[in-house]
Amino acid sequence: MLRLLTAPLVLTVLVMQSIRLALGQIWANKTRSALTTIGIVIGVASVTAVIASLTGLKAKVLKDFETLGTNKIYVNPDWPREGRFRNFNWRVIRFRPEQFDGLLERCPSISNFTMMTNRSKKVSYGIHSIDNARISGINPSWHEIENRSVILGRPFTLMDEENGWQVCLITPAVRDELRLDLDCIGKRIIIDRRSYRIVGVVETRVESGMFGQMGDSKEVFIPFPTAWRLWDPWMYIIAACRKPELSQEAQAELKFFLRQTRHLQPDDPDTFRMDVIEEYLKQFNTMAATMTAIAGGVVGISLLVGGVGIMNIMLVSVSERTREIGLRKAVGARPSAILLQFLVESVVLCLFGGLMGIGIGQGLTTLISKIPNAHFLSMAYIPLWAIGISFGFAGSVGVFFGMFPAIKAARLDPIEALRHE
Amino acid sequence: MSMMPTSRDDVVIRLSGVARTYKVGVESIHALKGVDLELRRNEYVAIMGPSGSGKSTLMNILGCLDRCTSGTYELDGRDTTRLSSAGLARVRNAQIGFVFQAFELLPRLNAIKNVELPLIYAGGEGWLNRKARARETLTKVGLGERMKHRPNQLSGGEKQRVAIARALVNRPSILLADEPTGNLDTRTSLDIMALFEQLHQEGQTIIMVTHEDDIAHHAKRIVRMRDGRIVADELTGSNRQIATVAPAT
Repeated sequence: MLRLLTAPLVLTVLVMQSIRLALGQIWANKTRSALTTIGIVIGVASVTAVIASLTGLKAKVLKDFETLGTNKIYVNPDWPREGRFRNFNWRVIRFRPEQFDGLLERCPSISNFTMMTNRSKKVSYGIHSIDNARISGINPSWHEIENRSVILGRPFTLMDEENGWQVCLITPAVRDELRLDLDCIGKRIIIDRRSYRIVGVVETRVESGMFGQMGDSKEVFIPFPTAWRLWDPWMYIIAACRKPELSQEAQAELKFFLRQTRHLQPDDPDTFRMDVIEEYLKQFNTMAATMTAIAGGVVGISLLVGGVGIMNIMLVSVSERTREIGLRKAVGARPSAILLQFLVESVVLCLFGGLMGIGIGQGLTTLISKIPNAHFLSMAYIPLWAIGISFGFAGSVGVFFGMFPAIKAARLDPIEALRHE
Repeated sequence: MSMMPTSRDDVVIRLSGVARTYKVGVESIHALKGVDLELRRNEYVAIMGPSGSGKSTLMNILGCLDRCTSGTYELDGRDTTRLSSAGLARVRNAQIGFVFQAFELLPRLNAIKNVELPLIYAGGEGWLNRKARARETLTKVGLGERMKHRPNQLSGGEKQRVAIARALVNRPSILLADEPTGNLDTRTSLDIMALFEQLHQEGQTIIMVTHEDDIAHHAKRIVRMRDGRIVADELTGSNRQIATVAPAT
C-alpha cells in the first residue's frame, strides 16, 4: 500500500536525481557536451532568429498599417467584369463630387471622408524646381483621416474650398528642395504654370519601409475643388469608419449609398471598388506563415543532424558507464528506471543545447535589428512562444534520439555489465 | 538432500537440482550440474572452489542476477524461477545485499548518497526514510564521521564499508559478498571480517564467495565446489561439534 502511495514520489525523485546526475555529467565533460549539442544550438539559434525577424517584420508592418489607418476604406471607380458597364467610357465610370453629397448623413458608420485626386507635376520656386512632385487635391477632413497635422501655418478650411483659392500645403522635403525659407508661409510657388500661396507645412508621413511609394515625402496639397476644376477629373475617396469593427457595416452603407447616387439598376454590378487595409494584412499574415514553415523545415534538418550527434554521445555515455548500470541493476533498479535515467540525461543535454541556442539566437536578433538600411527588421524580437517551441523541439529531439541508447542501457545484462572493464 | 529437521520459516534459501547451461556457439557449457543447497536464517557461509568450479555462477543465481536453466530456487519461501527481469530487480532490491570485490561505488556520489541508492529504487517506507536509514547504516559499519566523503577521498577499507552499508540499508534477507577482501590488504581484510562477524552476531545471513582459505574460515560453514557440483559442505572450527550432529550433505 505504502509502495503504491509513494510511487509517484519515487518517480519524481528518480527524475530529479537523474537531472542532477545529468547536469554533473555535462559539467564533467564540458567540451564534449558543447561539441555534441552544437547541432541543436545552431538549429535553435537559427529558428529563433528567423522567428524573431519575422515577428519584427510583422510588428513593423502592423505599425505601418496603423499609421495608414485600419479604419480607412478606399473607394475607387472601377469597371465591372461583366454587364452593360464593362466597356463604358471612363467618363461614365468616374466619380463626381456631387455623387457624395449627403454621404455622412446617409452612412452613420462613417465618421468622415475626403475626396482625393493625385497628380505628378512640376513645382518650382524661382530657379529651383521639383520635376515630379506628388500633387494631391484634398478636403479639409483629410488632416483628420490621414492623421497628419500641420507643423507650421494652418490646415485647409472650408473657406479655401468655397472660394476656390489657389493655396497649398507642402511637406518639409519640398521646402528644402525648393530652397524656401524655414518660415515659408505666404510665399508663392508655381505648380503647373499656376501660382499658389503656401499656407502651411504638413509633417512628413512616418517613413514606411514596406510601402516606399506611399512614403514619398515630396508632397504638395491643394484644395480639392481647385484641383477638380483644373485637371483631369478623376477622383477617389477615402472614408473613415467610426471604429475598425464597424468596417463591414460602413462598406455596406457606402455600397448602398453609391449604388443609389450612381443610379445603378438592381441587377447592375458595382461600378466601384472598396479596399480595406485588413485585406492586405491577411495576405501578409499568410505570407509570413509560409516563410515560417519554410524556415521550420530548414531548422528541422539541422535538429535532425543535431539529434544524431546526441544519439552518438549517449551511446558513448552508456558504454562508458556500463559498470554503473550494472551496479544500479544489482541494487534493484528496474530496466524502466535505467531507461528513464538515460532519457532524462539526453533530454537535459538537448535542453542545455536549446538554452545556448536561444542565447545565441538573441544575440543574432540584436545584430539583425541593428543592420543599417533594414528598418523593417528594427523591431525584431523573440516572442515567448518561440522560446517555448524551441525548448519543446530540443526536448523532443532528446527523447527521440536518446531512446535507442537508453533502451540499450536498460537491456544490459547486469552480470555482463558488472564484468565490463 | 539435507536430513536436518528444519522448520520451513527458518530456511532462507533452498536450491534443488539447480543447473545452468551456457550456449557458446553450438557448444553447451554446463556451469552448474544440479546443485542442492539449503541455508537457514543467520547462517554465515563461505563458498569456495577453483576458478571454473561454478561458484560465480552459483553466486549470480543466488543474487537473482541470473536464472537457472533447470531446477528451482526458493528465496524466503518464494520461487524466483519464473520472475520477470523487473520482478528479479525487485527481489534484488528488497531481499539481497551485494558486496563486490571492487566496491562498485558511484564516484560522483558521496558515501551517504551511495548508501541511499537501493532505497531510491525501493519505494515505500524505506524510500521515505532513506536519509535516516542511510545515516544509521553508515554509523553501524563505523563510518558515521565520513558520510559526506566521496569514494576517492576514502581508503579501500572505508570504501568496502560504504559498500557493505549500501548492501544492508534495505535490510536484505541475505548479504552476498563476492571476494569482499580481494582488493584489500591483510589488516583491512581482518577489519572487514570482524565487521562480518559482528553482522552475523546481530542475525544477518551472510554468503561469501572467496578463494582464500583463511578468509573462508571466518565463516561458520564452508561449501566447496568443483566442476559445477558441491563436493563438500562442512562446518568450521568450533562449530565442528555441531557438524557431527547435523550432517551437511
